[in-house]
Amino acid sequence: MEDLEQFRIEVREWLDANCPESQRQPVTREDQYWGGRRAQFPSEDARIWFERMRDKGWTAPEWPVQYGGGGLSPQQGRVLKEEMKRINARTPVYGIGLWMLGPAVLEYGNEEQKQQHIRAIVNGETRWAQGYSEPGAGSDLASLQCKAEDMGDHFLVNGSKIWTTAADKCDWIFCLVRTDPNVKKQEGISFLLIDMDDPGVSTTPIALISGESEFCQTFFDNVKVPKKNLIGELNKGWSVAKALLVHERKLMAEIGSDSPRQVLVPKAAAQHYLAFSDSKIIDSQLRGELVDYEMQMQAVALTHFRSFEEKAAGIRSAAPMVMKYVGTEAEKTKSELLLAIMGSSGLGWEGEGFSQQEIDTARLWGMSKAMTIAGGSSEIQLNLIAKNILELPQS
Amino acid sequence: MALVLNEEQRLLRDTAREFLGRHAPVDALRKLRDDNDPLGYSPELWQQMVEMGWASIILPETYGGLDFGFLGLGVVLEECGRTLAASPLFASAVVGASAILLGGNEAQKQALLPAIATGELTLALALEESQHHRPTHIATRAERKGDNFVINGSKCFVLDGHSADQLIVVARTRGNDRDSDGLTLLLVDSKTPGVSCQRTIMMDSRNAANIGFENVTVSSDAVLGESDNGWSILEPVLDRGRIAIAAEMMGCALESCDRTVEYLKEREQFGALIGSFQALQHRQAHLQSEIELCRSVLLQALSSVDDDPTQLPVMASLAKTRLNNLAKLATNEAVQMHGGIGVTDELDIGLFLKRARVTMQIFGDSGFHKDRYATLCGY
Repeated sequence: MEDLEQFRIEVREWLDANCPESQRQPVTREDQYWGGRRAQFPSEDARIWFERMRDKGWTAPEWPVQYGGGGLSPQQGRVLKEEMKRINARTPVYGIGLWMLGPAVLEYGNEEQKQQHIRAIVNGETRWAQGYSEPGAGSDLASLQCKAEDMGDHFLVNGSKIWTTAADKCDWIFCLVRTDPNVKKQEGISFLLIDMDDPGVSTTPIALISGESEFCQTFFDNVKVPKKNLIGELNKGWSVAKALLVHERKLMAEIGSDSPRQVLVPKAAAQHYLAFSDSKIIDSQLRGELVDYEMQMQAVALTHFRSFEEKAAGIRSAAPMVMKYVGTEAEKTKSELLLAIMGSSGLGWEGEGFSQQEIDTARLWGMSKAMTIAGGSSEIQLNLIAKNILELPQS
Repeated sequence: MALVLNEEQRLLRDTAREFLGRHAPVDALRKLRDDNDPLGYSPELWQQMVEMGWASIILPETYGGLDFGFLGLGVVLEECGRTLAASPLFASAVVGASAILLGGNEAQKQALLPAIATGELTLALALEESQHHRPTHIATRAERKGDNFVINGSKCFVLDGHSADQLIVVARTRGNDRDSDGLTLLLVDSKTPGVSCQRTIMMDSRNAANIGFENVTVSSDAVLGESDNGWSILEPVLDRGRIAIAAEMMGCALESCDRTVEYLKEREQFGALIGSFQALQHRQAHLQSEIELCRSVLLQALSSVDDDPTQLPVMASLAKTRLNNLAKLATNEAVQMHGGIGVTDELDIGLFLKRARVTMQIFGDSGFHKDRYATLCGY
């Protein structure tokens, strides 16, 4: 405990000395640095901040030092997070390489794969996309058809992946591919890393109701993939994927409580857009909805904290398994509540007559609808809770 | 702050579960009800609880207490909620004891707390005057006459009021009927002339009473804390009570859910176990997610009593609201998922349903606490 407090003091001093003033402001979308071969830093300060954090290993604070990580314990990692939050320090680099692929390679990859990919992620040199869903395989992910045929010295990949986030800006994609069509569907899937510069890989953005095109569809047409890009054993990709999904769901649950992109929160919006009398919101319906939302968020935050304490104490609990469901549903509720609080000011889509914040909020509302679908829909989450926590019979 | 129970608290929980399973199963409440038991709880059971230290769980060691704090109390009350164990634990050892602890002078503490700890003395809080929890809407008057106070008024929904040895009466000594200022807490022996008591039979087969005060005279020694300034004691006492009853409600909800999940795993219809139907799975899974959130809220609320009094009002209203909602949903779903047998008296589920409804009204329903939470948060 004392060591941890000493560590906190050191972190605080280091951050104070090294985090540029401009990197202590709330981050907008344009300010986020995602790394990769084609990436540009949004500003010189962003570059300096990223490089200082990278050299410290703190772009991936809890990863092993030998691959460029910070080697921190979970408790130290938490202290770092808290101290960064305290001064509003921006995340120096974003990416699903850091959040999802990295942990999977560290767990399932061989030494060569770790050497090749982990350090590149830590250093922000590669930006990763995820290739799981297909047009015919959404909630029923295991029925995926994108196939990788064993050609002796390489795999030949044909098929397509959908909802590949920002794939048009990514360097690499990790994919679930069918390597055996003749066994139970989960048992013929492998986990493959594919360089998106390889011939035969192409990507098209998909326009969404939010007006964004954040998601893409990626096509594979006779793509030759080296054998060394297989993570884990052949046909054992499903277990890698499941482990990785846990990371994804945890991440999505946390976005629900700590979104870097959320510019407006309901309580602040209420102060601005609603009429008060005697320090009370006059509209009792909206006041009630705001209380429900605030109570839910407080409960969610406390449950994140409890999960962390339980993990540190080595106690297994059901809490983490419900967080994707409650976190993303809360995010959706928040967006609906914001729109209701803002009235017609929340309906602006583009151009004059609305503030940028109002337009962003309307578009985030559109995007929030994807939260309870991506990464395993709420219905799939409820199936998993019923099966794994309640141990209800399966049909 | 602690969101994880320590080993001592886990041990206490296991002991409580084992004890209550053996000595106070749901059948014990059923028997009290069916026998029209005049006391409404078993004195032998209460004595056993006292011997295990439950009546003194939150009291400091100097007054004969265990000093386990509210987290310790919470695990015991949660287990009591699981078996619907009837006892004066909440009314006397939580609400009554807290009022003495927070408001009593040293002489009152010395005289009363050890007696509460040994179970010789039971207390009840005579607060409510209408069908809704409005703790500042007090019309009961206590008028100063020389060295005495003369109390006139009537109280309802006094938990364990008909069996308590002494009452803590919330009376108005100044101001208008709705002011928080001008309230005074008075200790009144329930045998004092002018005190009338009508036991009310509630749906949960537990104990509550309507109590009248007609020219009830007590000496000024009976004042708990300062006169006119009773609210400064009453509010934190109520918050402790709210959090404690929320712990009992958690037990009630968990037991309803556990029994329902068991039933889903054994009941067959259409040639399949009904637990395999997604229509039921999703509802029970949603309930599980509510349980997980309520668990964190409850632990934080319990530890805020001991560690962070500034957060107490917000945490109490958060915990009471969330547990009200959970207890209602869990018991309603339990009845519905049990189907026809769920609405029979033979099945225990109905007893959980009815206890949940009573606890939801104790010290504030969700409407009261949502309004209070919003006000505390500035909107």
